[in-house]
Amino acid sequence: MRYMMLIYSRETPDPLTPEQDHQVRSGHRAVMQETAQRGIFLGAEPLAPTSTATTVRVQDGRTLVSDGPFAETKEQLAGYYILECANLDEAIEWAARIPTGCKGQEGCIEIRPMPGLTKRPAGPADQAAVNH
Amino acid sequence: MADVRSIAEAVFREQSGRIIAGLIRISGSFDMAEEALQDAFASAMDAWAARGIPANPGAWIMTAAHRKLIDAVRRERTRSAKQDSLAYETASAGISIDVEHASENPMTFPDDRLRLIFTCCHPALNVLAQIALTLRTLGGLSTPEIARAFLMPEPTLAQRLVRAKRKIQEARIPYEVPCGDRLAPRLAAVQGVIYLIFNEGYSATFGPELVRGDLCAEAIRLGRVLCELLADAENLALLALMLLHDSRRNARVLDGALVTLDEQDRSLWDRKAIVEGLELVETALRCGPVGPYQLQAAIAALHAQAATPAETDWLQIAALYQRLLAMNPSPVVALNHAAAIAMSGALEDGLRRIDELERAALLGDYYLLHSARADLLRRLGRMEVALAEYRKAAALTKNAIELRFLERRIAEVGGACGTSC
Amino acid sequence: MRYILLIYSKEVPERRNYDAHWRLIAEAERRGVFVAAEPLEAPSGAATVHLENGRSFVSDGPFAETKEQLAGFYVLDCQSQEEALEWAARVLAACGGTQKVEVRRMPGMGARSSA
Repeated sequence: MRYMMLIYSRETPDPLTPEQDHQVRSGHRAVMQETAQRGIFLGAEPLAPTSTATTVRVQDGRTLVSDGPFAETKEQLAGYYILECANLDEAIEWAARIPTGCKGQEGCIEIRPMPGLTKRPAGPADQAAVNH
Repeated sequence: MADVRSIAEAVFREQSGRIIAGLIRISGSFDMAEEALQDAFASAMDAWAARGIPANPGAWIMTAAHRKLIDAVRRERTRSAKQDSLAYETASAGISIDVEHASENPMTFPDDRLRLIFTCCHPALNVLAQIALTLRTLGGLSTPEIARAFLMPEPTLAQRLVRAKRKIQEARIPYEVPCGDRLAPRLAAVQGVIYLIFNEGYSATFGPELVRGDLCAEAIRLGRVLCELLADAENLALLALMLLHDSRRNARVLDGALVTLDEQDRSLWDRKAIVEGLELVETALRCGPVGPYQLQAAIAALHAQAATPAETDWLQIAALYQRLLAMNPSPVVALNHAAAIAMSGALEDGLRRIDELERAALLGDYYLLHSARADLLRRLGRMEVALAEYRKAAALTKNAIELRFLERRIAEVGGACGTSC
Repeated sequence: MRYILLIYSKEVPERRNYDAHWRLIAEAERRGVFVAAEPLEAPSGAATVHLENGRSFVSDGPFAETKEQLAGFYVLDCQSQEEALEWAARVLAACGGTQKVEVRRMPGMGARSSA
C-alpha cells in the first residue's frame, strides 16, 4: 500500500548552518537511495516555504484568493515522501528516518494511507483513443 | 439450561481471547472473527442444551468458530470477486490466504494472543481505543460492560470500537508481534494499557465509587496472560504491582469513606495476594535491568511488608522514588518522592520540594499536590495553612469518595484550629 | 514550474465520487499540465511520528487537530502562479464543497528547501 509521509517542520527565518544543511540532505539522500534500491520509492518533494503560498476558496459562488497558507500553524508542511510499504509498521520505520529539520527545527511526520482514485470512468476521450 | 449457560459463559471468559486471536490471524478481520465467535457460542447453547455438554467445551467452540469463519470468508470472497472493480479495496480483499490452511485441527493452532495484544495497543490507535479493544477482545468484556467501566455512553464506546477496527484495516496495522528493537517501546505501551485499566478500577477519576474491583481483576488477569506469553522482568513487576495494590482493596474504603495507607486496618489486607506479589517482585528484580515497574513494585512491596505504618521503610522508599524519578521525570513521581522524604523524617525538606513543584507550575490543578502538602503541614502542626490546602484539594478533586475524605480532614483540622480558621 | 494544490477539507465524505475529478484530470492531461492527483485516507487513518531527544515515538491521528485536514492533492506543471491558481479554482469546483486549496511551488530537489 502507498503511504504519504507529510513532513511538518517549524519554519525559521534563519537559514540552516552548513552542517545542519548537510545533515538534513544526507538524511534525505540515504532514505531515498535505500527505498529506491528496494523499489518502494514513489516520490519525494520539498515544498517552497509558506511565505510563497496562496490559498483559494469559494464563498457565495465567488473564488477568493488570499496570501499565505490555509492555516497559520506553528509547524507547516515542508515536503513529502510517497513510499510503497507492506504495512503501517514498515511505513513508521521509514518515517522515523526522514529528517524533519528541513525548515530549521525538529518537526514530525504524519503518515497517511493513500487509497488511490477509483477506477477511471470510460469517457469520450478514451473512446476516441480506442477508435484510433 | 442454567448449567449450559453458565458453562458457556465460563468458557467464554477463559477462552474467547485465545480463540478470537486465532480467528483474527486467519481472517485478517476483527469483525469477522467476532461474528464467528458469537455464532459459535450461539450454536453451542443450542447444541449443548439438546445433546449435553461436550467433554471439552473449549475445543468444541474453537472448532465451531473456525468452521463458521472459513464459511464466512469464502462467502465474502465470492461476493467481492463478483463486484465491479469500481469499489475500493474492501476488508475482504485483505484477507490472508491462511484460510486455506485453517481446516487443520484447531487445537494445534498457536496462541496468537500476543499478536492480538500488540495490535490492540498499537500507538497509531488512540489510548481509549487501545483500552476498549484490549478489554473487548482479550478481556471478553461486552461493549456495555466496557462503557459502564469507563462511564461512557454505550453508543459512544461502540463507535470508538468501530473506528479503531476500521483504522487497523485502512492503515494496515500489521497483526504481528514487533521484533528487534521495536519490541521494547511497544511492550511498554501494552504494559501501560493494562496498568491504565487497573488504575481506572483502583481509583476512579469520576463517579461515586472509588474502587471498581472487576476492572482490577480484569487488569490482573491480563497481566497474568502477558507474563504467560512473554517472559520479561517488567511484565512480572507489573503483575506484582497490581497484586500488591489490589491486596489493600478491602482496607481502602470503609463505609464508603476513603482510608489512607497509614490509617488502614492491615488485617484486612489480602495476604495471599501479598505473598504472590512479593515473590514476583523478587523474581523480577533478579531477572534483568531494572525498569520503572520493578521500582514501583519494590516500593509497593516495602509498604506491604510493614506490619504497622511506623515500621515502613521510608528511607528505602524515598531512595527508590529517586531512582524512578531519574527514569521517569514526571511531576507526579517527584511529588511522591517529596512525600517519601518527608515521611522518612525530613518533613521540612519534603515540604520545600513540594513548594518547588508548585512554583514550577507543574501540578497546579492536581489535587494530590495540595492534599499531600496539607497532610505534611498537618503533621507539622501548621493547622491554618493545612486547612487552606485541604480546601484547595477539595475544590479540585472529581471523585466523590476522595472529596468526602478531604471534607473529613477539613472538619478535623478545622476543629483543631478552633475559631480562628 | 510544478505546483502542488493541497486540498483541505472539513468533512470526510463517506462515499467519494471522483467523476468530476476525472474530468478535470482528463482536461489537465490534454493541456499537458497534469502530473499527479491523489486522495488521502481520512485523518482518522493517520499516524504521526515524532522525534524527541533523538528517539522517535508514534502517536495516533494527524499531527494537528485542526478542523480542516488535508484530503488530497494535485500536482500540475504550470507556466505561472496565475495559471496554477486558475486550476485551483477548478479543483475546488470539482470538490464541490467548502474546501480550500493551498497552492505551493515545488522547487524540486536541487533547490535549497529553506530559501
